[in-house]
Parts: sequence; C-alpha cells; structure tokens
Amino acid sequence: MGKPMKIRARTDGQVTEVKILMSHIMETGQRKTQAGDPIPAHFIQFVSVTYGDRTVLSAQWGPAVAANPYLSFKFEGGQKGGTVKVSWVDNNGDSRTDEAAIN
Amino acid sequence: MHRLKSCLNAALASAGLTLAVATFGQGTQPMEEIQKYRKMLEEANPAELLELAGADLWATPRGPKNATLERCDLGLGAGKLDGAYAQLPRYFPDTGKVQDAESRLVTCMMTLQGLSFEEATKGWYKRESDLEALVTYVATQSKGHTIDVPATHPHEAQLYEAGREIFWRRSGPLDFSCATCHSQQGRRIRLQDLPNFLDTEDAKASMVTWPAYRVSQTAVWTMERRLIDCIRQMRWPEPAYLSDVVIALQVYLQKTANGGVMQAPGIKR
Repeated sequence: MGKPMKIRARTDGQVTEVKILMSHIMETGQRKTQAGDPIPAHFIQFVSVTYGDRTVLSAQWGPAVAANPYLSFKFEGGQKGGTVKVSWVDNNGDSRTDEAAIN
Repeated sequence: MHRLKSCLNAALASAGLTLAVATFGQGTQPMEEIQKYRKMLEEANPAELLELAGADLWATPRGPKNATLERCDLGLGAGKLDGAYAQLPRYFPDTGKVQDAESRLVTCMMTLQGLSFEEATKGWYKRESDLEALVTYVATQSKGHTIDVPATHPHEAQLYEAGREIFWRRSGPLDFSCATCHSQQGRRIRLQDLPNFLDTEDAKASMVTWPAYRVSQTAVWTMERRLIDCIRQMRWPEPAYLSDVVIALQVYLQKTANGGVMQAPGIKR
C-alpha cells in the first residue's frame, strides 16, 4: 500500500482547482547502484480523479515524472463540501486512494 | 568575430538565471522573483508528505515496549501537541534539562518505547529519517501559534546567555561568528535571504518557517540540523546532535523571535 497523498481542492463557484502531492519514489529503471546493478523501474502508471461518479481526470504516466509528483488541474463544476477522490496504480501493482473535501 | 559573438551569446543564454542574479548583485529585484517562486511552491511543499509520515510514526506502536508516542509530553502535558513546538526549548523537570523538540522526542522514544539512545537517533542526519518526520509533524501542529519562549527558568536563562554568547563570538580558523552572516539587513547567500537577528521582525520571519524543506537537499531540515551544518560551515568543531550548544543557540534564537506566528514547515532554497 502506498503512502498517503496531500490533496487540496478549492472552488470559486464555477471552476474547481485541485492540487495533489503524491508520495512515490518514481524510479526510472535507467539508474544503477554503485555496484553497477540496475535499479528496477518503479513508477506510477495510472492516475484517476473522480468527483462523485464523474471522472474528471485520468492519466497514464511514465518514468519521466519526477519523484513525489505534484499534479494540479482544474475542472468545471464541483460543489463546496463535495468530495474529490484521487487514485493511482504503479507498475508493481501497488495503489493508493485518498479523498478530500472541496472548500 | 561574428562566430565568437554568437558562441558567447549561446553561453550567456545557457548561464540563464545564474547570470541574471549575478548582474543584479544583492539588489531587491531577484528577491521579488524568489518570492514568486516560493509562492508557487507553497502548496506543493514535499515537507507535507513527511508530516503525514510523522503522524503515522507518532501513532504507531514501536520499540521493546511496543508503545506509541501519543503520551509524549512536549511541555504542555502528555500528548498535547497544539502549540507545543512554539514553546520549545523549555526546561523539563523529569530530565532536569532544557530540551528542544528533537531531544524531547528522543527522551519519549527512550522512556515510552524503550528504545536506546542509539536506536532513537539512528540516521537522524539522513533524508526522511524518523526524527525528521516526527519533528515535521510536531512542528506542524503549532501552525498559527505564537512563538513563546520567555526563558525565565534559571536553566533556560543560563542557556539563553550561552546561546547569545555563541551567536556573537567570533572563533574558529575563519574567525567567524553566526552574527557575521546574521546581523546585516537584506543580505543573502545564493538565493537564500539571511535573517538579521538584530531585527526581531527578521528573526520572527525566519524562525516561524523551521523545520523547512530544502529544495537543494530534497529533504526537510530540522533546526538542529540547520545549526549543526552552520557550525560546520564556520569550521568550528562540530557539536554533537542534541547537545547543549545547539539547544542554547535555539533558546537564544527562539526568544529573539518571540511573537512570531508559526508557519512551519517552510520551504527554502
């Protein structure tokens, strides 16, 4: 199970801005240890954000995304007090889901 | 000549930010740009991830006694964290010592969880160590609280005087003191502004942001780590972790910053 995310969601009445900070090593698979052994790739592959039963963002990521990824986006709609749910799945099958209320 | 000139232009363009900063010297304009950069990072501070990890550690049973830290007394009573960091360092009668957040957490890890000193402080200087996470969590619980370190208890007053002496006294092979860098207005090292401790407003603005995530180190630094590294940079003998020297300096700095409203964890160069 992944480590918790930090999620902020704010609405101005029309547009909701979501800011997410994820905790993940995001290893590219290109690096080697001092002994020369390759460090296996370990990165988030799928990200999805839902508001109620509506998917407001879905993304496929690769190893080019930096460690502890920060993701910010906006979507139309979203009520104060509503819940934004963020999930990710990495290439090892590990996953994490967290949610936050819109304010 | 033309070729040489275009080469030079390319080199200048690649030097980018460094050159721009060098051109402006120590003026105010770069500081405004740095403020913008900090503003952008404010809600993307990786220290918040460490804070979550610290919250976990706080509530997870560990050590031979298989206990959590939830009964840890940081000065306001067992388990009371709201505003506790803002009132540290302070004197603790049970240990007979003036302690900061870090040394107090180590005490709790030893008494509540039954860990040895070595186990509790293991790897404290490493990225994302347990202590860094715990200190980040504890400090965050003081967000919005006012720094209040009166240093009136005789032991605290004694350390305050020692801290002031250490801060202002020039020594070591470079004949440096903390004040060499921290008693002038509007100076900085690279992109980091240096607080002037002759000015209480400046002292407040600085102290309320520690512990802080350091972008250049990709790690949260606690005040202990900040001070020990400052001392190393001055080429003084390096003090031991949690030693009285480091705590004395903190009493002096925190008392000088009394009245500042905590914003930790901060984000710095």
